[in-house]
Amino acid sequence: MIKCLSNRWEQGHRTSTYPKETILLPERYRGKPVINNNCDQKIIDQCARNCPQEAIDPDHCTIDLGRCVFCGTCERLSQGQFIQFTNDFEFAFTQKKDCITNGSIPDLNQHVNVPAQKLFGKSLQLRQVSAGGCNACEADTNVLNTPFFDLSRFGIQFVASPRHADGLLITGPVTRNMRTALLQTYEAIPSPKIVIAVGSCALSGGPFRGSPDICDDLNDLMKVDLLVPGCPPHPLTILYALLGVIGGGSSQPIVIH
Amino acid sequence: MESDFLKISNGVMVRRKDIPQLPFDRFCQTVLDFKGQIVQFFAYMDSHCKLLIVLRNKNLFVAGCDVPEKYKALTLKSEKFHMFEREIAEQYAIEPVDHPWLKSVRYHQNYQQKPDCFGNDYQDDIPGVYPYYAIQGEEIHEVGVGPVHAGIIEPGHFRFNCIGEKVLHLEIQLGYQHRGVEPLLCKVPLKRLPIIVEGIAGDTTIANSICYAQAAESLSAITVDRDTQISRTIAMEIERIANHIGDLGALSNDVAFLMPSAFYGRIRGDFLNMLLLLSGNRFGKGLIRPGGMYEPITEDQRQILIKNVNILRPQIEHVADLLLNHPGVLSRFESTGYVAKETAENLGMVGVAGRASGIPYDVRHHFPTGFYQKLTIDPKIESTGDVFARANVRYREVLQSLKIIETLLQQPNRPKMSPRTIQFQPSAFVVTLNEAFRGELSHCILTDHKGHILRYKVKDPSFHNWTGLEMALRGQEISDFPLCNKSFNLSYCGFDL
Repeated sequence: MIKCLSNRWEQGHRTSTYPKETILLPERYRGKPVINNNCDQKIIDQCARNCPQEAIDPDHCTIDLGRCVFCGTCERLSQGQFIQFTNDFEFAFTQKKDCITNGSIPDLNQHVNVPAQKLFGKSLQLRQVSAGGCNACEADTNVLNTPFFDLSRFGIQFVASPRHADGLLITGPVTRNMRTALLQTYEAIPSPKIVIAVGSCALSGGPFRGSPDICDDLNDLMKVDLLVPGCPPHPLTILYALLGVIGGGSSQPIVIH
Repeated sequence: MESDFLKISNGVMVRRKDIPQLPFDRFCQTVLDFKGQIVQFFAYMDSHCKLLIVLRNKNLFVAGCDVPEKYKALTLKSEKFHMFEREIAEQYAIEPVDHPWLKSVRYHQNYQQKPDCFGNDYQDDIPGVYPYYAIQGEEIHEVGVGPVHAGIIEPGHFRFNCIGEKVLHLEIQLGYQHRGVEPLLCKVPLKRLPIIVEGIAGDTTIANSICYAQAAESLSAITVDRDTQISRTIAMEIERIANHIGDLGALSNDVAFLMPSAFYGRIRGDFLNMLLLLSGNRFGKGLIRPGGMYEPITEDQRQILIKNVNILRPQIEHVADLLLNHPGVLSRFESTGYVAKETAENLGMVGVAGRASGIPYDVRHHFPTGFYQKLTIDPKIESTGDVFARANVRYREVLQSLKIIETLLQQPNRPKMSPRTIQFQPSAFVVTLNEAFRGELSHCILTDHKGHILRYKVKDPSFHNWTGLEMALRGQEISDFPLCNKSFNLSYCGFDL
């Protein structure tokens, strides 16, 4: 008992005040990019050639953040002249086409039909399925349950049964071997439901794009409502996106189907 | 006979023509007679299908042979071949005749597009249509769990045969995470390799990246400088601490002691944040590249790391005192999930699980590379082989790793090298081993006569240890499964590739 108390005293209060107060991430963290459209074409071409994810389209001067793994190759090669990754972690998408960006990233409040906030504003229960994820996205989703992030203070919880869930949070490139299990889980969730894809793999196949053992596009299997880029996204990016669903963050509520 | 093999060193390239090619019968006999363990055993396609084996005792050895389409299974004589032979059968349709449990490992079409050894139809994308080991009797019942589990965890299928609460047999069937990593690594441009390697298993990003970087450097005749080696060692030990601390927290959670679980959950994050500080990514993605690091550890970062380690060390010790001396915790940890040393040796178990059963094998001690050659690493072993032993090995290794980091951070780190373009030597072979937090991780690259990758083989420590978990469950209560599983904490994606 004494040990419990002394440990409790030593650990103190750890829960962050986000989103009321923002959090400063280290300088090397690569978050929301700033793109210079007037950059020398030679530099853009060089970045496009060397991008391991082939995420840069040199003709349109865009980068596909669904494909990007935020390795920083383009920033390094262009010495920040073409792309600079800021330490702003607040970005997520509601449409796959918006992932291909020339620098402008729409707010999360696109395509409002029925605000999800109305349905899930005070309670959002999610079922997580890893479909070939390398466990980085899974770990950085799971970490939201630790005292620092304390996800449950927003009324968001991860549940064991899809029957108890309001939505599905998917990580991984959707391997062929998980396709059926994923679809069955999706079917088992009562409507209305939302689908959240987390990480470069779920958005585009990520590092594994082109492998015959993964499904080409999650969007072919189900309608995805929220896309969180990153490899893996920082837990705060995932938290920001989830708060977007319930309208509790600094962003506007998004729509569900 | 050791003289039949070529003695090799960890991370040192050899020419493929120097690898002894034995007649097949002699190959089988020699590998069965060898007193030691298997590091790698796989098939590859050259002009025809060949086998290659890397074995270890106090040294590393390699040998190869041509392989017929069918042969008498080696598993009949030694169970450590069990999973390797199933993998070879699945990848190259080479049938080990009379294999006691021949079924697919990951469920995919073989690389040769040959008729399948298992009779699977891969148009059907439901794995698991094969038979499971079953026990019959009036009071026997089966429990099937997964692939989708209750928590935020990777998929896998567990099939228990129980009598009442008691587990008679557990069979673990994986493959749901199979992304086709090995063939992908052979066919993509070299610029994609580090990214794919980092995605093999996120929690083992640093160890996998170091295995790849060392292999690539060896094949490209690059030697990295001392300070680059030191920074890699620091990253590797941070990864180990973060994962071990996370596992101890998870074990605490599984015996419903939530306080240490919450504390360790948070402290794990503090170590991941150290990697974030160094690399911009919480798992260290982007940090390790062949040839060196893009951004060295700055003086400010070094001071922050020293300060944080100083703050965290007493907290880690105090929480461990709370957890590992608590009578309620001990009553759950002790004697649960027992694996005898003999079983562990027969299965070739490695890493934390192996050391907890008394096998003093640690790659950092036995086959050190990089800066580990300059360090004295004393493998942390326990003798009881239970959940407590696996927890305590983890805790003792955390303290050991903290000490390593503290020592290495004393000097400023000024690497002279940065990542380089790599070009592989033709017709070469290299194997690298590193002690990842789960145990012996190994990458192996064979190049063709043009210097292209002919075969890339990855072996996660979990490849040896999943069978150990099956054995740990025999005779246990089924309710202790989560605890046993957590005490092993094996990789799904690292196994499934």
